[in-house]
Amino acid sequence: MVSAERPAIATAAAGPTTPALDVVWDALSTVPDPEIPVVSIVELGIVRNVAWNERRLQVDITPTYSGCPATEMIATLIRERLAAIGVHDVDLMQRLSPPWSTDWIAPEAKEKLNAFGIAPPHVTRGRVDVTGISPLRHAAMAIACPRCGSTQTKLLSQFGSTACKAQYRCTACLEPFDYFKPH
Amino acid sequence: MSKDEALFELLLRLGDTDVVLAQRLGEWIGHGPVLEEDIALANIGLDLLGQGRLWLGLAGEVEAAWKGAGRSEDQLAFLRDGGAFRNLQLVEMPNGDFAMTMARQFYFDHAHLLLLRTLARSTDARIAEIAAKAVKEVTYHAERSADWVIRLGDGTDESHARTQKALDALWPYTGEMFVADAVDMALLDAGIAADPGTLREPWLAALQAVLDEATLALPAGEWMQGSGGRGGKQGVHTEHLGHLLTEMQYLQRTYPGAQW
Repeated sequence: MVSAERPAIATAAAGPTTPALDVVWDALSTVPDPEIPVVSIVELGIVRNVAWNERRLQVDITPTYSGCPATEMIATLIRERLAAIGVHDVDLMQRLSPPWSTDWIAPEAKEKLNAFGIAPPHVTRGRVDVTGISPLRHAAMAIACPRCGSTQTKLLSQFGSTACKAQYRCTACLEPFDYFKPH
Repeated sequence: MSKDEALFELLLRLGDTDVVLAQRLGEWIGHGPVLEEDIALANIGLDLLGQGRLWLGLAGEVEAAWKGAGRSEDQLAFLRDGGAFRNLQLVEMPNGDFAMTMARQFYFDHAHLLLLRTLARSTDARIAEIAAKAVKEVTYHAERSADWVIRLGDGTDESHARTQKALDALWPYTGEMFVADAVDMALLDAGIAADPGTLREPWLAALQAVLDEATLALPAGEWMQGSGGRGGKQGVHTEHLGHLLTEMQYLQRTYPGAQW
């Protein structure tokens, strides 16, 4: 499904079996998010750390949402990509703390999301708290339409095509769009 | 009750409640009143399923440390009978109409959020990190169910009447969320879990604020199902759970060990 679009990575048949960590990071930076292929799993903040333990590579990853169905696919893609640079002994560790936040999404990645048609998340500064507030009385945060840039937009549903996105509609250009929810 | 046993029971309560409600919400797939709501219900169910997997996975680890052998999350979810489930009776209630589903979610989400916030401060780091992650997800659930209760209550005569009827019908199933028993007491001193009784007042306040705006009334009945320590948390269930499990567990019961 995604293999056709992958940039070629030189296989390391003759290379070292314990490449430098920046080589590992570069390789992981080419692994696309399965749901939002325009950004990588590194840009999304899913890969938390990589480290060599003797000759085994430990990769710490964190799920975006607890039930994100892409998590297992991401693990498979990581193993495939690392195998392509000659790293076969990989320990994937799931890390839950600190919980994943959209604040970790790199600024360039937010621009890519916008260009892809997904309004990028606002910065949460560590807190998303909507309890005790009637949503109908929300001071509406201005979400700019990724197509025309208008902030005349309307929330349709807090849950979009995936749990991490909300559905909006632009009342200027009338197009619906996804908003990556602050988390 | 030993601390290990209490911890295992607590994790089953958390995990089973999530998994059973996820199953109920999954029943809406393809039947939602509009596409956006169909997707939203599925997404909320998916969040709960993910959280339930984490709780049941941890339950299996605790069981292994306690008894020498522990079950996997799948074994716990698919190979236990109804009497071994520790979910709240509230979440096994049938979906009914959209008002019933939203009233169930509204009661549960706000209690769930308050509970997870206390668990995020648990002295058990494994519990704290799952809860801290779940809080972020459930915050959106609570916002959404409150939104719907207001839209339905302050909507048409029909939606108002149906929502009040749903709130009244489900009210007796809310009591057990706030009753502490031996499991809670065994974990209280070590700071692993909080007394659920302390969550009732903030829960009522959160409900009242939304219901006022929704022009709906908070039910006044005082009699509660499962009172006296015989509710879902202790393994006493309504007739509905068995039917739900029959469908949820069918595949693993019919083809034991089947792999995806």
